Amino acid sequence: MARRGAFWIRTGLILVALAGLEIACRTGQLSRLSVIAPSEMVESAWKILASGQATPDLLFSLKNTALAATISIFVGFALGVALHFLPRLRQASDPMLAAYYAVPTFVLYPVLIILFGLGSASLVILGSLFGVVSMVVSTLIGLDSVSPALRDTAVAMRIGPVRSLFFIEVPAASLHLVGGVKLAIAYSIIGIVAGEFILSTNGIGKQIAFAYNDFNTPAMYGFLVLLLSFVIIVNLALQKFENSMHARWGI
Amino acid sequence: MKSHRFDMVYLIVGSLAAWEVTSLLVGGTLTPPLETLARAGSLVVSKPFWIQAEATAHTLFFACAIVFGGGLAAGSLIGSSRLASDVVEPILTPMYAIPKIALYPIILLIFGLSPLATIVFAAIHGIFPVMIFTIAGLRKIKPIYVHTARVMRLTRFRTIVSVLLPAALPEIVAGLRVGFATTLFGALIAELFASTGGLGFMLIRATDNHNMTDVMAITVLLFVFAILANSLISRLEVHVRHSKL
Repeated sequence: MARRGAFWIRTGLILVALAGLEIACRTGQLSRLSVIAPSEMVESAWKILASGQATPDLLFSLKNTALAATISIFVGFALGVALHFLPRLRQASDPMLAAYYAVPTFVLYPVLIILFGLGSASLVILGSLFGVVSMVVSTLIGLDSVSPALRDTAVAMRIGPVRSLFFIEVPAASLHLVGGVKLAIAYSIIGIVAGEFILSTNGIGKQIAFAYNDFNTPAMYGFLVLLLSFVIIVNLALQKFENSMHARWGI
Repeated sequence: MKSHRFDMVYLIVGSLAAWEVTSLLVGGTLTPPLETLARAGSLVVSKPFWIQAEATAHTLFFACAIVFGGGLAAGSLIGSSRLASDVVEPILTPMYAIPKIALYPIILLIFGLSPLATIVFAAIHGIFPVMIFTIAGLRKIKPIYVHTARVMRLTRFRTIVSVLLPAALPEIVAGLRVGFATTLFGALIAELFASTGGLGFMLIRATDNHNMTDVMAITVLLFVFAILANSLISRLEVHVRHSKL
C-alpha cells in the first residue's frame, strides 16, 4: 500500500516538474536557445523518426551497441569461468578487477582511434571494454554462490565438468548472471554513446554533439529524447526480466 | 598454503610484455612501454603538464565538494524517511544507467563554455552514486537505533548526525569511493568534448596531432592517479568497516 502511494507521489512530482518546465518555456522565462518546452522536444523527436533522416545514425548506434554488449557478455562470461577454475590467477587479478571501474577507461578511446581508425571497430571495442568486467565480476560472484551440495551431487552422478557447468552451475548462478548482463548492456551503451559524442563519423551521440555545435537546439533535444527513451525502455525490460527471475527462484 | 606473493608482479610484467610485443607487431603506431614511461616521466617534471593538471584538479576539487556535500545531505534527508526513499529510489537507480554525456550540451548551453560547466557536469556524474549508497546504508540500519534516538527525544537533525550517519558509515565511504571515480570520469569526458583546459583537453589535443607517445603517457598517468586515489579511499573503507562496533 505504501509502495503504491510512493508511486503516485513520484508520478505527480515528475508531471509537476514537466508542467513547470513547459510553462516556463511557453511564457518565455527561459531562453529558447538553451531549453525548449518538453512538448516541443517530443515533437522534434517524432519529426526525426518520421522523416527518416537519422535512421542510418540510429541503426549505426544500435548495431554497435548490440555487438559490444554481446562481446561483453560472452567474453566476460568466458573470462569469469576461466578465473573461477584458475584460483591462483584469480587471486592475482582480483585487485585489478576491483579497481577497474575506478579507472577512467574512456581515456583509452584516443589510443583505440589511432590503432583502429575512426569508425565502428574503435567504438565496439570501447563499448566492450566498458561492459566486460561487470560480466566477469558477476560470473565470479554467481559461481561462488553455487551451493557445494549441488556440486557434490554432480560429482555423485558422474556428470562431467562441462555438463555440470552448463546444466548445474549456470542455472544455479543465473540470478547473478542476469545482473551482470544488465550492467554489461548499460555500460556498453554508455561507452558507445560517449565515444560517438567525443569523436565519430556517425551515431546518435554524434548527432547530439553536431546539433549542439550547429545551435540546432530542437534537433539536439529531439535526439536526446530518442536516446533517453531507448535507454529507459531497455532498462525497464531488463528489470522486468530480472524481477521475473527473482519471482521464479522465490526470492 | 604456498605463498603467491609475486603473482601480481608476474601479471604486471606479463601485461607489459604483451604491450611491448603488440607495439612491435603494429610497428610504430603504438608506443612501447619503456618509451611511454620515459615520456610520462618527462611530462611529470614539465610545466605545461602541471598547468593542465591543475585545471583538472580544480574541477575535481569543486565537483567533489558538491558531490560529497550535496550527495550526503540529500541522501541522508531522503534515506531517513521511508516514504521519501520509496518515492525517490526508482528515479535515482536508472540515472546511473543513462549516458549522461548526452546531457553535457544542455549544461554548456546554460553555463557557457567555462570551468563552471565542467564542474557541474562532473558533479552530476558523482552525486547519484553517493545518494544511492547513502540511502541504501541508512535503510539498512537496525530499527533499534532509530527507536533509541526517539526515546532520547533527539531532533531529526541530531538523529541523522549522531545516530544514522555513523551507523551507515561503511556504505557511505563506499559511496564516496564510487562517487569519486564517476566524478573523475565526468570531469575528463567534459574536458575531452569541450573545455578551456585540463588533462582531458591535453589528451584530445595530442590525439588531434596524432601524437601517440603523448596520448599513451597521459593515459598511463591518469590510470596511475585513479588507481592511487581508489586504493586510498579503499583503505579508509577497510578502516571504517573494522572500527565499527
